[in-house]
Amino acid sequence: MNGFGRFIPLLIVVVLVGVFLSVMMSDRNPKEIKSVMIGKPVPTFEIPNLFDGQSALTDARLRSGKPVIVNFFASWCLPCRAEHENLVTLASGYTVDVIGIAYKDDPEASRDFLDELGNPYAAAGVDRDGRLAIDWGVSGVPETFLIDGEGVIRYRHWGPIVGDSLRVQLLPQLEELQ
Amino acid sequence: MIPEIGHFALAVALMLALVGAIVPHVGIARSDARLMGLADRVIYGQFLMALIAFGALTYAYVISDFSVLNVAANSHTAKPMLYKISGVWGNHEGSLMLWVLTLTLFASAVAWRGKELPLRFRSRVLAVQSALIVGFLIFILFTSNPFLRLDPVPVEGNGLNPLLQDPGLAFHPPMLYLGYVGLSIAFSFAVAALIEGEVTPLWARWVRPWTLSAWMLLTGGLVLGSWWAYYELGWGGWWFWDPVENAAFMPWLIASALLHSSIVVEKRDALKSWTILLAIIAFSFSLFGTFMVRSGVITSVHSFANDPERGLYILGFLAVVVGGSLSLYAWRAPKLSPSGLFGMVSRESALVLNNILLSTFAAVVLVGTLYPMMLEATGGAQITVGPPFFEFAAIVLMSPLIVALGFGPLLAWKRGRIGRAGQMLIPALIVALVAFLAVAWDSAGGLLMTGFGLGLALWLIVSVFLELFERLQLFKKPAKVLSRMKALPRATWGMSFAHLGIGVILLGITVSEAWTTEKLLIMAPGEQAEVAGFSFRLHGVEPVAGPNYTAIRGHFTVAEDGQVFNQLFPEDRVYTDQVMNTTEAAIAPIWTGDLYAVIGESAGEGKWSVRLYFKPFISFLWLGATFMIVGGIFSLTDRRKRIGAPKGKRNKSAAGAA
Repeated sequence: MNGFGRFIPLLIVVVLVGVFLSVMMSDRNPKEIKSVMIGKPVPTFEIPNLFDGQSALTDARLRSGKPVIVNFFASWCLPCRAEHENLVTLASGYTVDVIGIAYKDDPEASRDFLDELGNPYAAAGVDRDGRLAIDWGVSGVPETFLIDGEGVIRYRHWGPIVGDSLRVQLLPQLEELQ
Repeated sequence: MIPEIGHFALAVALMLALVGAIVPHVGIARSDARLMGLADRVIYGQFLMALIAFGALTYAYVISDFSVLNVAANSHTAKPMLYKISGVWGNHEGSLMLWVLTLTLFASAVAWRGKELPLRFRSRVLAVQSALIVGFLIFILFTSNPFLRLDPVPVEGNGLNPLLQDPGLAFHPPMLYLGYVGLSIAFSFAVAALIEGEVTPLWARWVRPWTLSAWMLLTGGLVLGSWWAYYELGWGGWWFWDPVENAAFMPWLIASALLHSSIVVEKRDALKSWTILLAIIAFSFSLFGTFMVRSGVITSVHSFANDPERGLYILGFLAVVVGGSLSLYAWRAPKLSPSGLFGMVSRESALVLNNILLSTFAAVVLVGTLYPMMLEATGGAQITVGPPFFEFAAIVLMSPLIVALGFGPLLAWKRGRIGRAGQMLIPALIVALVAFLAVAWDSAGGLLMTGFGLGLALWLIVSVFLELFERLQLFKKPAKVLSRMKALPRATWGMSFAHLGIGVILLGITVSEAWTTEKLLIMAPGEQAEVAGFSFRLHGVEPVAGPNYTAIRGHFTVAEDGQVFNQLFPEDRVYTDQVMNTTEAAIAPIWTGDLYAVIGESAGEGKWSVRLYFKPFISFLWLGATFMIVGGIFSLTDRRKRIGAPKGKRNKSAAGAA
């Protein structure tokens, strides 16, 4: 190892350190799985309404010509509780409908959850066995989707909308659509 | 008060380490023996301070002093004492304390036992070691202080992650840390040798026991981890190619290579520059593992809570240590001129082959581990690299290694004749071939790999014995065997044991992978299931309460030919101080394999989901690893290596003390 060879280990390390640095600076969450649904139309579905006596929730509700936000939640999910305040802010302060889908949750418990914390949802459906969530590629609750007026998924927020992620991530995407 | 003393001791240790990292170099530059000699005393001081600090933290854990944030976050009064103590190193801050304690302990051992080394060289080594200690102490004091106080004081602690409350896991991390830190000594020797521009056989003789101890500890740590996964995770797997497992496996591979290449340096004064490079890389991989679990760049079951500031610090430290030492290498390597020449067919060449294969495997594991992250960082798709990739690489790279392993020890130094060695191994080849054909014949097609694996394992085992018989001249002079056995150096016994261990592990892997029987069932009490000729009867399921958990416990009896010969009590636990569900598989090792039962959720109507396995020969994995460690101990206690070298006994007491 007398010629150029003796520099090779050093070069490899320099490259690796550079890659690690860029990964760490990019505030990527390694637990996050990218959605393959971006740019695709929402799956067709028809699920019962969370509130008795109201008509079933279908994908037609997501093709109203205006952007909507779809939020998968559950009463048993602690991070959902954490992001709830931001959903209320979103629904009251910005002209956008938030549609809630209760994931693998007892409808009674979901309603109690909304009674307790306030109901930000313009409409809410029940995905009791989690089948719809599979169609949407949801990896866990909470997960939030931004749908444009034509029913195409434009953005997916993985995990709770807490801290500055409403202001920094979700709102700019929404404003772009509006 | 005690935590403040600990904190203060860390600060003093940092001062001492700074002195120890700089003054010896000044002493050497001025040829001042007094300044060089300071290195020893400063190291002892660092060890004393690290011991005080570690003792203070342990004390806080033992008395459950929840005014210390670290204790409150990781301990609980209801925890058994063993886990209160293992909780000390079961978290980010505490594990770094253990790093520093062992760094200073091992450095003190070098100072104490290293009087035969030239003063100049010894103080260089200790100065490099002190510089590493400085890096770790700054990290602790400025980003990860374990002595931070909490106000108001909580009445109860947060509890230790229930998965960590297990005897296997109480000692798995500290053994790995001890192994990593053992490699730091080889690293410091390598850097000192580069600064001095000289590598001598004495250097190798010194580095080898340290590499060997580190290798044994890494082997032990890896095996404990995989044994834990086997009985705790509840589906009978024992290795997952998880990024962090890989991070511990790579230093092991490189340490194995270093172990063999330093023999060549010691005996033949060759491969010097390569051996230095391996010593640097081995420790670099250890640091890299520490970086991986703490930086958040990769998801793994092993990750500590991530903190970007810490990740950046370790990355910086890594860049300085690894980058610095490799720059030094690039600059000084040409000075390490090769002297010992050897032929294509020789013991040296066999060891070079060993090194090439082990290092290539480590490189492949590194690529597989980092590729998903690299791809995503460069805007590509999200992928995972799974077991098939690593298993393929293992088969392709390790098979030739095992074939060569049969020949290697029979080749002469400098110039060997492969023909003669081959002749002696014909019996081994025949045995292997027979086993291979038997399996291939019996179960056409699907089991080809099984036949191959069995063939390799038997080839290795038989050739280890043949080589030993050859040394003992068992067939030529049977009468003198006993006296020859006594005369055989312990290092030779050690080699045979370790190589045998690899054969035994391979046998265990092959047989258990091929013939494991697995059943997933819904069972009601009174029902019976047949698994691999054994009948498992579920007698009942009852609730039980432990000190900090509640559980349901199944009761199985196992019968063969109507004779009940074993009972199994698998549990499904729910811990209360951090709510978490863990499975405790019930495992009964019998001669031919392990009976393995897991109880899961209730399926309603008094029925339970259960998993029953029979895993033939799986104990050979742990047995083989034990052989490897025993081989290491034999080699370490070889009289010829004691000259100025730390003894195995002391290394063991170091492991016990930590």
